[in-house]
Amino acid sequence: MTQSDWIDLLVKAGLGLTVIFSLMTMAGMSVLAERKVCGFIQGRLGPNRTTLPLIGSIPIIGRAITRLGLFQLLADGIKFLFKEETVPGHVKKFYYNLAPIVVILPSLIAVAVLPFGTYTNAEGVTAPLILANVDIGILVILASSSLGVYGTVLAGWAANSKYPFLGGIRASAQMISYELALGLAIVPVFLWANAPGSDVALGLTGIVSFQESHWFVYLMPFTALLFLITLFAETNRAPFDMAESETDLVGGFHTEYGAFKFGMFFIGEYAHIVFGSALFVVLFLGGFNFLPMLADPWPAGILGAVLSTLWFIIKTAALIFLFIWVRWTLPRFRFDQVMHLGWKILLPLAIVNLVVVMIFLAIITPTAS
Amino acid sequence: MADTKEIAIGDIQARGEEIKSDRMSLNVGPSHPTTHGVLRLKMELDGDTITYVDPVIGYLHRGDEKIAENMTYNQFVPYTDRLDYLAPLANNVAYAIAVEKLADLEVPERCQAIRVICCELARISSHLLGLGVFGMDTGAWTPFMYCFTEREKLYDLFEELTGARFTTSYTRIGGVTRDVPEGWLDRVEAFLDEFMRTVDELDKLLTRNRIFYDRTVDIGIITKEDAIAYGITGPNLRGSGVDWDLRRDKPYCGYEQYDFDIPLGSKGDCYDRFLVRLEEVRQSASIVKQAIKKFPPGLWYAEDAKKIYAPSKDKILTSMEELIQNFMLVTQGPQIPAGEVYFEAENPKGALGFYVVSNGGGVPYRLKIRAPSFCNLSILPKLLPGLMLTDVTSVLGSLDFVMGECDR
Repeated sequence: MTQSDWIDLLVKAGLGLTVIFSLMTMAGMSVLAERKVCGFIQGRLGPNRTTLPLIGSIPIIGRAITRLGLFQLLADGIKFLFKEETVPGHVKKFYYNLAPIVVILPSLIAVAVLPFGTYTNAEGVTAPLILANVDIGILVILASSSLGVYGTVLAGWAANSKYPFLGGIRASAQMISYELALGLAIVPVFLWANAPGSDVALGLTGIVSFQESHWFVYLMPFTALLFLITLFAETNRAPFDMAESETDLVGGFHTEYGAFKFGMFFIGEYAHIVFGSALFVVLFLGGFNFLPMLADPWPAGILGAVLSTLWFIIKTAALIFLFIWVRWTLPRFRFDQVMHLGWKILLPLAIVNLVVVMIFLAIITPTAS
Repeated sequence: MADTKEIAIGDIQARGEEIKSDRMSLNVGPSHPTTHGVLRLKMELDGDTITYVDPVIGYLHRGDEKIAENMTYNQFVPYTDRLDYLAPLANNVAYAIAVEKLADLEVPERCQAIRVICCELARISSHLLGLGVFGMDTGAWTPFMYCFTEREKLYDLFEELTGARFTTSYTRIGGVTRDVPEGWLDRVEAFLDEFMRTVDELDKLLTRNRIFYDRTVDIGIITKEDAIAYGITGPNLRGSGVDWDLRRDKPYCGYEQYDFDIPLGSKGDCYDRFLVRLEEVRQSASIVKQAIKKFPPGLWYAEDAKKIYAPSKDKILTSMEELIQNFMLVTQGPQIPAGEVYFEAENPKGALGFYVVSNGGGVPYRLKIRAPSFCNLSILPKLLPGLMLTDVTSVLGSLDFVMGECDR
């Protein structure tokens, strides 16, 4: 390899690390957001005491940061790191240690194919900001997100204890049954984007550029709704969180985990949510495009790249807020009701929706001439 | 899960059944978020379906009934706080009335009105917790927090009235410890208007919520016959459609003067019990309002009961007779004639009964407590099998029990 190849590689690795760190930071921030928003919904304050020794005494800013609870994140992280690692005697050690890693990995892999911004150079050539611009983007995402369930099942099984066991079984059954509806809710998007003559294939950058003028969320509202519901189920979020429902399973699959391993489950869950929200933004909310029917105002150069990325993050954050909002409003489904909803309602609806979209597309698409 | 089966085998063999290896035994509690205290359930699961339940109680047993035999009647009042610790005022009142019946003592009207207000505020406090926790059991956390905010205001009112937020110990045999503070009734009325908004919000958040509906309708059905046979009382009984409320059917404390409806369920499932509680909160608020409207003047204790109710402090310090009277009361307790009495009051959780036997003197010979939570929980082995594990939370939440009372 030549020197420039090495530099290329280093830059790529640096970018990859940056994206991963941003994802982790966003996951951490959504933990904090969850606590703050939950406090807001319930008429409480949420975390507002944690502070560093000197920063709290800075006149106005320090107080504001403390009240916002920004350091809570740090405090929680330190707590998870420095707690004693206890491994219960009855667990299957190898799988017990493996499970938290498997839980956190899929969203870190999948984020590589997610376009999060756009860069226009001086000559007016536009390139999407993405770690790996592959044609099969959505397949990478589906493949890696299906792996996520293994972490949960492993955790439930390796803990060798009854509550995690039940939680693991529930989680696996749920994730497998919602995978189908999830896939079927994605298909219409790609059908539409792959009109004759387009070169979108299964990549996500094509989907985003297709939505430059019109977003799929109002072109296909029902598909978006289906996708959103299955996304809630896939991320194990309320009202589908009976795998870890704290009232009957006391945490479910992660009951036997403590300290940093629990922290990884925790961050993994939020990384899932961040990634799921970002995916919804890419597929239905136009990715980093400004607003429907408006030209993107991003200037050329670095500034445009930063602005478009920020806009993407704002959209994602709005969706994360929706996730949190739903969690603190709705009760939780029972296991069999989740199954019932998945197989008997969402799956047929997804199929019908797919057929309807197909017929519709066949009508509006001009025959290839 | 090899080690877990051995526990189950013992249970199954004890029942003389064939050992089925596809069952899993599960121990829930005594320290588990579903059980609201220290109830323990030994369960046997077939997949996610419950096949057998054995409730184990007694983790909070303190021997209250025996303790009562070693102290004067008034000294036992603080122990009644700790029965149904979510509605201590109602327990205080029920106990005081039971002993007063034994002494054949009539308390003045003002005292009765105060007691009614106390009972109904306690009911509101207890039901608010019951409803909120029921919401939490089905996974909705926010209603729980809303309810707690309102209970906090109630606790402030209790503190102002009795001096304590939680363990009120407000009644004495023959009256209550002190009159209502100045302006307290106005604040109660203001609270009643304010908290009704929360109740409406609770109604909106849960009653028509599809998920909540799915989680509670047709779950844990108690039929009328079962409810009567198992001695279930209170909102759980009325949720099954049995029209029985001691406040109306065996009025005490002047409940006959107030006008209120008694909500009844039609099916006896968790949803009905939820609705009954929701309506009872509204009815209680209306009773308190009526009581405040015709709040009678007069004394808050029975003046003629010289051997039972302690004279006021300024009289003790100035008058010989009262000093002696107070001395006798403190050293020997209120003098209750020999005899026995059973009295039941309609408490938030159900009919709380006190059976008091006296040989004369200041100490009960025997005091038996009929705890509604104990009877209400007795139906669990019949109610739970056939339901799914997640339904346990709904059923336990809807039964709204307190282990302090069950185990006493």
